[in-house]
Amino acid sequence: MNLHDLTIHQAQELLASDAVTSVSLTEALLARIAAVDTDLHAYLHVASEQALAQAQEADERRARGACGALLGIPLAIKDVICTRGLETTAGSRILAGFRPVYDATVIAKLREAGAIILGKTNTDEFAMGSSTENSGYDTTRNPWDRDRVPGGSSGGSAAAVAASMCLGALGSDTGGSIRQPAAYCGVVGLKPTYGRVSRYGLIAFASSLDQIGPIVKDVTDAALLLQAIVGHDPQDATSVEMPAPNYAAALGQGVAGMRLGVPREYMVDGMAAGVRQAVEAALDVWRELGADIVQVSMPHAEYALPAYYLIAPAEASANLARFDGVRYGYSHPDTDDIWDAFRRTRAVGFGDEVKRRIMLGTYALSAGYYDAYYLKAQKVRTLIKRDYDEALQQCDALIAPTTPNIAFRIGELIDDPLQMYLEDIFTLALNLAGVCGISIPCGLSEGMPVGLQVQGRAFDEATILRVAYAYEQATDWHMLRPQV
Amino acid sequence: MLTRETVLHIAELAKLELAEHETSLYAEQLSEILAYAERLNALDTDHIAPTAQAIYRRNVMRPDEPRPSLSPDEALANAPQRQDDLFRVHQILD
Repeated sequence: MNLHDLTIHQAQELLASDAVTSVSLTEALLARIAAVDTDLHAYLHVASEQALAQAQEADERRARGACGALLGIPLAIKDVICTRGLETTAGSRILAGFRPVYDATVIAKLREAGAIILGKTNTDEFAMGSSTENSGYDTTRNPWDRDRVPGGSSGGSAAAVAASMCLGALGSDTGGSIRQPAAYCGVVGLKPTYGRVSRYGLIAFASSLDQIGPIVKDVTDAALLLQAIVGHDPQDATSVEMPAPNYAAALGQGVAGMRLGVPREYMVDGMAAGVRQAVEAALDVWRELGADIVQVSMPHAEYALPAYYLIAPAEASANLARFDGVRYGYSHPDTDDIWDAFRRTRAVGFGDEVKRRIMLGTYALSAGYYDAYYLKAQKVRTLIKRDYDEALQQCDALIAPTTPNIAFRIGELIDDPLQMYLEDIFTLALNLAGVCGISIPCGLSEGMPVGLQVQGRAFDEATILRVAYAYEQATDWHMLRPQV
Repeated sequence: MLTRETVLHIAELAKLELAEHETSLYAEQLSEILAYAERLNALDTDHIAPTAQAIYRRNVMRPDEPRPSLSPDEALANAPQRQDDLFRVHQILD
């Protein structure tokens, strides 16, 4: 097996037994990036020198007796997460050349754990999109089929994991941006409960929805990487003090006697036949493992999409007001006065989708429309959250497809924003409810990966990991890798 | 359908200069998205409280104690235009 093909836990065993060094592992991944990323475009910035220096340091720490699940492990970071001194653009031209002067809390935690940061991965601009086509720099290719999108917005991270250009990655998920690209690329992606992981240093998109989480090759790695980033952070007032359990210890407990709910509203007519078959076959696997599969109802599921596309753009329009060309980022060189400077800087710096969402959000918040759109959407959010509360009282976790279709073709939906939004129909509601979910590979359709979600109660990541792990151990889908 | 005037008004609130083709494109696309959003009106929400945050937190305070912050050079490290220890901008007052 090539070093770049290892999972985090496999690499950790080799590191712990001195069979490999972090330097050799990092060199192998940098060579892999050099070999395949010229075609795939998963990375926006590769930090070769810094990564090798960090690897050297990790090896020295190990020689002095240090250990740990991530010590010496090379990872990729979505470019919406601030890395001190390393260019961070959020996929936007307005942040070209921006070098953060501090690390996001998750990055500080990874550095403390001894992880290696290989580079920053491509994303739809400010994480707004489902394909990376809205990136201000490049469109990432799906490693399974280069004519298809990797999903988004964390498409660079998902493609980097699928094509073995890192051992694991961080993404961010506001409406499905970890789970949907994980599904499209045949890897594992976990969106933690709102408040579980600090967002300090995450460039904000929609602050009541955003969460950072792992994108990895298997469920064990998801547990390990999640463990490294969870915890209360005084720098993020939305992070909670609740202690996190040992996730790896929860994995092997099996699903015998558990109740897994399938929301009938998520098995819709518009789904691709191959996706439906893969999800139904997965339900049989859990049945055989002793779980009780029950049908549940989430009657407001169909309203998640319209509610999300009012709430998220409204919050985005406020968050993105900070990009004014004064303190950082692009500043238009030819302007007459301060207002002209704001207007032109933002016109040139932002891409089409970001402008569209700022306009939509500004409209939804503007005088005369606030009650009709934004407040209405927040009330519907209450109903969606109640659906989750009630369904998760009846069962331990919910099972649903991650996306209605396999990865679409590059260019296929770019001129039809509403149709593109509909690709997120199975992932958005979870963010509105604030609970946690994981997407795992569950089959192939037309040669492309299919993903399914396990969704759980607030702060119960241990249960969704356990349910996902039981499935993974009984199947081989997570072992499939694209021919790159 | 959003009028051209409404689109320009929203763009001004958002401080975005729009090109002519963007004005008509956004009028069309935003109208389509807003028409979709009107599906929410099928639900009676008169007696439903709004949810602003799914995991409820209230008045998170920290001790009011001095602590280190960014140095002027760090704070200005990404400034497009700097003058001494300040961000340089257009004149605001006449």
